[in-house]
Amino acid sequence: MSNIPKDLKYTKSHEWLKLEADGSVRVGITHHAQDLMGDMVFVELPQAGAKVGAGKECGVVESVKAASDVYAPVSGEIVETNSVLSDAPETVNKDCYGAGWMFRMKPANKTELDGLLDAKAYEALVAAEKH
Amino acid sequence: MGFRTPLYDIHLKMGAKIVDFGGWDMPLHYGSQIEEHHKVRRDCGMFDVSHMNVVDVKGERVRAFFRLLLANDVAKLKIKGKALYSCMLNRQGGVIDDLIVYYMDDSWFRVVMNAATRDKDMAWVNAAAREFGGLTITQRNDVAMIAVQGPNAKEKAYQALGEALRAPAGALKPFHAVTVGELFIATTGYTGEDGFEIILPAKAAPFTWRMLNEAGVPPIGLGARDTLRLEAGMNLYGSDMDETTTPLESGLAWTVALEPADRKFIGRETLDKQKAQGVPRQLVGMVLENKGVLRNHQQVVCDGVGRGEITSGSFSPTLERSVALARVPAAVKIGDRCTVDLRGKPATVQVVKYPFVRNGKSCL
Repeated sequence: MSNIPKDLKYTKSHEWLKLEADGSVRVGITHHAQDLMGDMVFVELPQAGAKVGAGKECGVVESVKAASDVYAPVSGEIVETNSVLSDAPETVNKDCYGAGWMFRMKPANKTELDGLLDAKAYEALVAAEKH
Repeated sequence: MGFRTPLYDIHLKMGAKIVDFGGWDMPLHYGSQIEEHHKVRRDCGMFDVSHMNVVDVKGERVRAFFRLLLANDVAKLKIKGKALYSCMLNRQGGVIDDLIVYYMDDSWFRVVMNAATRDKDMAWVNAAAREFGGLTITQRNDVAMIAVQGPNAKEKAYQALGEALRAPAGALKPFHAVTVGELFIATTGYTGEDGFEIILPAKAAPFTWRMLNEAGVPPIGLGARDTLRLEAGMNLYGSDMDETTTPLESGLAWTVALEPADRKFIGRETLDKQKAQGVPRQLVGMVLENKGVLRNHQQVVCDGVGRGEITSGSFSPTLERSVALARVPAAVKIGDRCTVDLRGKPATVQVVKYPFVRNGKSCL
C-alpha cells in the first residue's frame, strides 16, 4: 500500500525526483523506502556545490534499524540541501515527498531524466520486491 | 506464516507492522518505534510477550533440580513468588538460554524462557529432567503474557484490571510474583522501568489487552522493546551471549552463584577455571561520540589492548545518541576510548558503565 505520487520520477534505489520550474530537480527517498527503514535518526547530506555522478552515493539515511546510502538520480551539481533534516530526521518519515526532501541539484544533462522510472514502473518495482 | 499469539488479530487492527521474530509473527511497531520508546519511559506501554516459553516444573525434588540446571542458585528463593534471573549453561559453560525462574511452592517452580530458543531449551530441560527423575514438565501453551511497563504502568493496570489487584500486586517488591485469580502478576520486566509482567489464560488475553488500552496503555512493538532493554543494560540472548560465551564474559557474573563451592551445577568447571585463570573477555558499555549508529558485529579496536566486537548496538532515543554493548579484552577499562569502523569511517567510542538509562533518567 505504498504512496507513489504520479507526477514524480523514481530510481531503482528508491529515490524520487521532481523537476522544478527553474530547471533544477528536487530529490528525496520514497514512502516505500522510509517505511522499510523505520524511524530515521540521522540524515547525512552532500555539500552544496558538490558535483555528483548519476547513481553515485551522495548521502546516508540512518534509522534505528539500518543505514542506507542515498544515490544521486542524475549527474549534476548540488545547489541546496534540506537543513531541517539535521535536527529533525523524522521529517523523512512524516512527509517524505514534501518537507522531508533531501537536496536540490542542477542536472548536467537533462536527457538523463528520461532514463528514470515513472510512477507506474516504480509501483511495479515495489510490488516485485514484496514477493 | 509463523506462529501467532492470541493477540495477533488485535495487533493487525491496531496497525502493527508485523515481522518474523524467532519463528513468530510479532509486532515491530504500531507507527513509530521511537515514539513508543518515549511513551514507556515517560508514561507507560504494553508489550505482547506471549511468544515467550512459560514452563511449569513440578516434583518433590524440583529445587534440587534447578540447583543443578542453573548457574544462579535457587536456594536464594525463600519466599513464595520470589523470582531469580539465571543462565542455563551447557557442559562447556556456554549459555543455552537466559531465563527467569519463580518459586511457586516447594514442589512447583515456573520458568520463563526465550521464544527463539524454545526447541533446544525444551530438549535440554527434558533430557536433564529425565536423568534427574521424578519431575513433571509442562509447557504452558495455554497462557499468554503481557508486559505493562513505565512510570504509570501499575496505576493504569489497576484501573484496567480491577482494584482487587492493588493490594496484592502493589505490595510486591521488585522481582516477585503473586497469583490473583487467573492472573499471575510479576514485578519483572525488560525496560528498566516500573511495571508488571502478567501471565494469563490465552483466552483472556484479547479482552485484557483491550481493557488496558482503554485505560490509556498504548501497545508497544518489539522494536522499542529492544532499544528500551539496551538502554537499561539488559542482555539479549543470541546477541550479547550464546553457547560460545560464558556468563562471566557476558556481564552476567552477578547471576552466577559460585558459592557454595560444593554445588555442582552444569557448566561450573569452565567458570571455576575462568575465575582462577582470569576471564579473558568482558562486556562493556559504549557511547558513540559523534553522529551515526553503532550496529551489531561491528569491530572495535582498543589501542594497545586488542580487538572486540559490538554485540548490541543501536540508537538510544532517551540519550539521542548511539550506545552499544561490546565484548572486548579484559584489559579495557571504563573511560578508555576505542575506534569502531562505521561504514568505512573510523569513529571514536567511549567505554562506559551501563545501564545507560534507569527509571527514565540517564546514568551517564
